[in-house]
Amino acid sequence: MRRLLAARAAQAVVVVAIVATIVFALTHLAPGDPFATAVGTGELHPAQREALRAQYGFDRPIAEQYVMYLRNLARGELGWSFSRSRPVAAALATAVPNTLLLMGTALLLSLALGIAAGLLQAGRRDSAVDRGSSAILLVFYSMPDFWLALMMMLAFAYALPIFPVSGMIDPVMHEYLGTWGRIADRARHLVLPATTLTLLITAAIARHQRAALLDAARADFTRTARAKGLSGRAVLLHHTLRNSIGTTITLVGLMFPALLGGAVLVETVFSWPGMGQLATSAIMTRDYSLVTAAAIIGAVMTVLGNALADVLTAIADPRLRER
Amino acid sequence: MSIPLSEFDAVGIRPRAADAGPWRAAIRRLRRNRVATIALGVLLVLVLAAVFAPVVAPYAPNAQPDIVGLARVAPSWSHPFGTDVFSRDVLSRVIYGARISLGVATLAILLAMSAGTAWGAVAGYVGGATDAVMMRIIDALLAIPRILILLLVLGLWGNISLPMLVLVLGLTGWFGTSRLVRERVRALSKQDFTLAARAMGARDLRVLWRHVLPNALSPVIVAATLGIGNVIVLEAALSYLGIGVRPPHASWGSIIEDGADQIGSAWWIALFPGLAMLVTVIAFNLLGDALRDALDPRDERRP
Repeated sequence: MRRLLAARAAQAVVVVAIVATIVFALTHLAPGDPFATAVGTGELHPAQREALRAQYGFDRPIAEQYVMYLRNLARGELGWSFSRSRPVAAALATAVPNTLLLMGTALLLSLALGIAAGLLQAGRRDSAVDRGSSAILLVFYSMPDFWLALMMMLAFAYALPIFPVSGMIDPVMHEYLGTWGRIADRARHLVLPATTLTLLITAAIARHQRAALLDAARADFTRTARAKGLSGRAVLLHHTLRNSIGTTITLVGLMFPALLGGAVLVETVFSWPGMGQLATSAIMTRDYSLVTAAAIIGAVMTVLGNALADVLTAIADPRLRER
Repeated sequence: MSIPLSEFDAVGIRPRAADAGPWRAAIRRLRRNRVATIALGVLLVLVLAAVFAPVVAPYAPNAQPDIVGLARVAPSWSHPFGTDVFSRDVLSRVIYGARISLGVATLAILLAMSAGTAWGAVAGYVGGATDAVMMRIIDALLAIPRILILLLVLGLWGNISLPMLVLVLGLTGWFGTSRLVRERVRALSKQDFTLAARAMGARDLRVLWRHVLPNALSPVIVAATLGIGNVIVLEAALSYLGIGVRPPHASWGSIIEDGADQIGSAWWIALFPGLAMLVTVIAFNLLGDALRDALDPRDERRP
């Protein structure tokens, strides 16, 4: 286990370094700089722009800028966000927990629902329940994330105005609420974005879980368990499920980049103030330090997600712990 | 000595899949799959509608007949999908949008599959340190959420043309495929028929091209069919964010963007292009699943 963790940590450092380099290359190859738009709209005099470029080091040779950039990153200095007029670290500190809240809720719900659906389907293979739910899951599996988010908004915020349209808190009332009132306010705002993500992720997990269960059902250990005289239910829960769960966890780890991508879009649709919204607005305003930080946080989350999946798989499967 | 076929008939055994070759057997299995046939039919209709858009669409996609009187008209007989803020007919825009959505995704997936096959084939066939380095690069590239790279490139470069969009979508979509191909190529290059070809004096490139790659292609075809739906959705998402397809062109995603801020009042603008996309993606996924089943030689249950 310790070696697994060490290998993972080393890999994470390499991945983050590569991501940092790619982001640096892309931001510096791209035309313009953070001050170009302000000059174009007449907010900034060209001479002021030159002064700002010099102040932030944009006039130095590219190699020098790269070394400086890596050194700052290694020290954990993320710099200043032009667009938000506050340190990048502060902008991240408010956004990351919001994304974790949204994604964590959706992931936990989807794992429970997806595995349950897979069990239900594989337990009665080719029955009406199996076929019907497979069809419904395929529809959600194929659904564009941002469009489902819009449709949820249409259905449950406009047609039936049960939930708030967007944001994370009520902009007027939140200040006046007590502790429980504030929690309830947040929960109400969480429902639509979390449900959207849950529907999408559940579909992916259930589809995989069903296939994994059917694979495991064909394996020798299942036949042995049956031969021992165990009931179908006991075999399914204690032998087949236990052996199939590892691949599901690995799948969720591999899906992590896609999940983050989905979160980016769902956050944008619902104006949920998380990493996704931060990243999109940072790119649109050419806020390089914020862009870099968002990309690196994304990569770190991906690597951590994969590592967590590895560790969980190792816990679920004793054979892997030996290695 | 030859056994007449009737001998087999008598006991109900017919040597079918074995004598037809794997591809023909796969096609036969596919044609017997009703779901796959329907999915293929739906896709054919969509492609035909896209190709013959000028004939099929009731209006010109960018015509703005009456911005005041005909804007945001709810679905009716004359405008089955309603009209948008600029009085443009949504049905016609969806039909023309299919050209962009399907065209961009198809070209991007072809590019991605070619790049992934080339990279994976070299890594798998050469092996050793080259393979290790090439695959570690893939590991790193796979760890970055694709949407982040796309946001970076498309957002920072600003106004990007359609060919550039295809290029960017294609070049960010081949990492997974290269892994698939590499594994297949590694397994195949150890097999007897590859050894035989080499023993007869075939050069590496020829062995790879004529013997290894044709046998490594079936997972690529499945991945491409399942992946094309993904690319359609991804392009739509980028266009929804305003950095994918730009006016005067419109994909399904751009039409949804037009409707997104009208969702409370003119819901039809965002609903219908999304439904078109949903049907397309479902059809590609069903076809991909059926292809995987048809090409999987392990699955012996079907005759």
